[in-house]
Amino acid sequence: MEKLLEVKNLEVSFQTYGGTVKAVRGVSFDLHKGETLAIVGESGSGKSVTSQSIMKLIPMPPGRISDGQILLNGDDIVPKTEKQMEKIRGKEISMIFQDPMTSLNPTMKVGNQIMEVLVKHQNMSKQDAKNRAIELLRLVGIPMPEKRVNQYPHEFSGGMRQRAMIAIALAANPKLLIADEPTTALDVTIQAQILELMKDLQNKMDTSIIFITHDLGVVANVADRVAVMYAGQIVEMGTVDEIFYDPRHPYTWGLLASMPSLENDDKAELAAIPGTPPDLTNPPKGDAFAARNQYALAIDFEEEPPMFQISETHFAKTWLLHPDAPKVEPPEAVKRRMRQLSSTFEKPVLVKEGE
Amino acid sequence: MAKYIGKRLVYMLLSLWMIVTATFFFMRIAPGNPFASEKKLPPEIEANLNAHFGLDKPWYEQYWEYLVRIVNWDFGPSFKYKSQTVNDLINEGFPVSFLLGMEAIFIAVAVGVLLGIIAALKHNRWPDYTAMIVAVLGISVPSFIMASFLQYFLAIKMGIFPVARWESFMHSVLPAVALASAPMAFIARLTRSSMLEVLANDYIKTAKSKGLSRGVITVKHTIRNALLPVVTYMGPLTAGILTGSFVIERIFGIPGLGAHFVTSINNRDYTVIMGVTVFYSILLLVSILLVDIAYGIIDPRIKLAGGKKGE
Ligand SMILES: Nc1ncnc2c1ncn2[C@@H]1O[C@H](COP(=O)(O)OP(=O)(O)O)[C@@H](O)[C@H]1O
Ligand code: SF4
Ligand SMILES: [Mg+2]
Repeated sequence: MEKLLEVKNLEVSFQTYGGTVKAVRGVSFDLHKGETLAIVGESGSGKSVTSQSIMKLIPMPPGRISDGQILLNGDDIVPKTEKQMEKIRGKEISMIFQDPMTSLNPTMKVGNQIMEVLVKHQNMSKQDAKNRAIELLRLVGIPMPEKRVNQYPHEFSGGMRQRAMIAIALAANPKLLIADEPTTALDVTIQAQILELMKDLQNKMDTSIIFITHDLGVVANVADRVAVMYAGQIVEMGTVDEIFYDPRHPYTWGLLASMPSLENDDKAELAAIPGTPPDLTNPPKGDAFAARNQYALAIDFEEEPPMFQISETHFAKTWLLHPDAPKVEPPEAVKRRMRQLSSTFEKPVLVKEGE
Repeated sequence: MAKYIGKRLVYMLLSLWMIVTATFFFMRIAPGNPFASEKKLPPEIEANLNAHFGLDKPWYEQYWEYLVRIVNWDFGPSFKYKSQTVNDLINEGFPVSFLLGMEAIFIAVAVGVLLGIIAALKHNRWPDYTAMIVAVLGISVPSFIMASFLQYFLAIKMGIFPVARWESFMHSVLPAVALASAPMAFIARLTRSSMLEVLANDYIKTAKSKGLSRGVITVKHTIRNALLPVVTYMGPLTAGILTGSFVIERIFGIPGLGAHFVTSINNRDYTVIMGVTVFYSILLLVSILLVDIAYGIIDPRIKLAGGKKGE
């Protein structure tokens, strides 16, 4: 498969009164055409900043991409100017935000908010754009689109607004759709419908998707691969199977153990990860997760772990994969679902820096 | 919509009635009377005058007569200016005040909004600081000091504008600026904070994520929404300009209604005070109603009760 996006060693920081917040600290991943990558992690782990950096949407200043490359079809967007970015935003990459209540302009008709994209990127006349907007609303499952196109956001329900947001995002047939917690603000039934719609549209339009969530529960249904983020870094990345059935990083174990599921009912108590994420103004020495990690080794407080490769597609950043590390057992809730995957290497391989 | 306006008109009449009643009774409680002057009048003459103006009748008769006259848009004769009625004074003074007020409102809104937008777009940089210093000065300097200041520098020292009187457009500039300075400063701050609030909104990020240019985002998504609070301020603004004009018209010797009003208070010219108060109240109530209607039209989220799609 062809690579659509390659993010290499991305570093993003914010200049604040309290000091420099290192929100993203060396994130690398790639994305193939038509693929869905889920980025999961607790709130504050840098998911939004990472994804908004891909469109250069972070406010600069105070934000700054201090290092790294973001290659879209092999072309680095980091050095691009705002004018050049305008041709990429909405056309090549578009974005759906978390809260459909606030991400639409309350005083502009929904139709006009879709038409803006068409007029900008497809040089459509107003009339053509309006007809296309009606089509798009129908495509995302909004009933009576001819009437809806002239309505304002407050006349839409939450789920309908998120559908309208999807229509806006897909209006110019982007190659990459970034969905930043698109269902977090919606109730469960609506959530399922929106996820269904996104999968459906992806099949029709062959877009790649970066799906951001703090809820591992929805990941299994939508994603091909999963990247787990913690404190501005990707700590584990692999296919859905690898993350769910053969997780290697204690943070991933924690996320899985705290995920409500059928097996994981009232018998086993939901284990929230204790503690809070570190202050990113002064990231701790060693591994950022060490202070919250019951399996932490002495070295964890001294030196940051390198990335180990467990299979062709599976990576984890933990000292536990080092040959000298003691063997540890993941928590019960996670162990129950573990299974041997055929693709796993015999031994974890250390990934060399700069690779 | 018609239903809504109808309802509002009824409330307006009620408010008016209360204002008329209150003014009527306050006037009677206030010490002194229109004929009290340096020279004591012979008692027969005073009795004659009282009879002439109906002041010898019991209060309820006077009150009732007054209400009836106001309903007929007749504010009665002036106590002081023998040959003039209050209606004459209003017809003569109001056009002047209206012109001055409109000019001031225009300056306040145009300059205020512009300053606010510039300040917000250049947030925390020198244009922002400059605009906000101007705004703080504008708000904290009372209009009569501003007026004397403008007169002294721009008229007396530099001779760009006439010092006072009401003869040409040039004569209107200084009083309009003096009158506009405080509300202009307020509008600048209001616009700035409301712009900053809108700019921090998610839908601005959405607009950016669509690939719209900064210019389009500013005009189509930011300014329009940021001006909604400014529209609401138009009601209080009108009130501020009205009261401000009392002082400013006096300072600049402008023959407007405000100047008459102040003179009539000094003269205890009951009928003029009451007439002008009622007239101003009507003006204010109408402008507040107009602002509310305009707001309902501009902001689609507001549905005026009883409107076509109203719930
Ligand atoms: N505009 C900003 N100014 C300062 N810090 C920011 C800004 N935006 C994000 N951050 C910081 O970056 C970190 C990551 O935030 P974010 O990407 O929003 O987390 P997530 O989306 O995973 O919940 C947080 O610590 C947050 O405080
Ligand atoms: S490197 Fe150490 S602290 Fe970090 S996750 Fe692995 S075991 Fe825990
Ligand atoms: Mg986020």
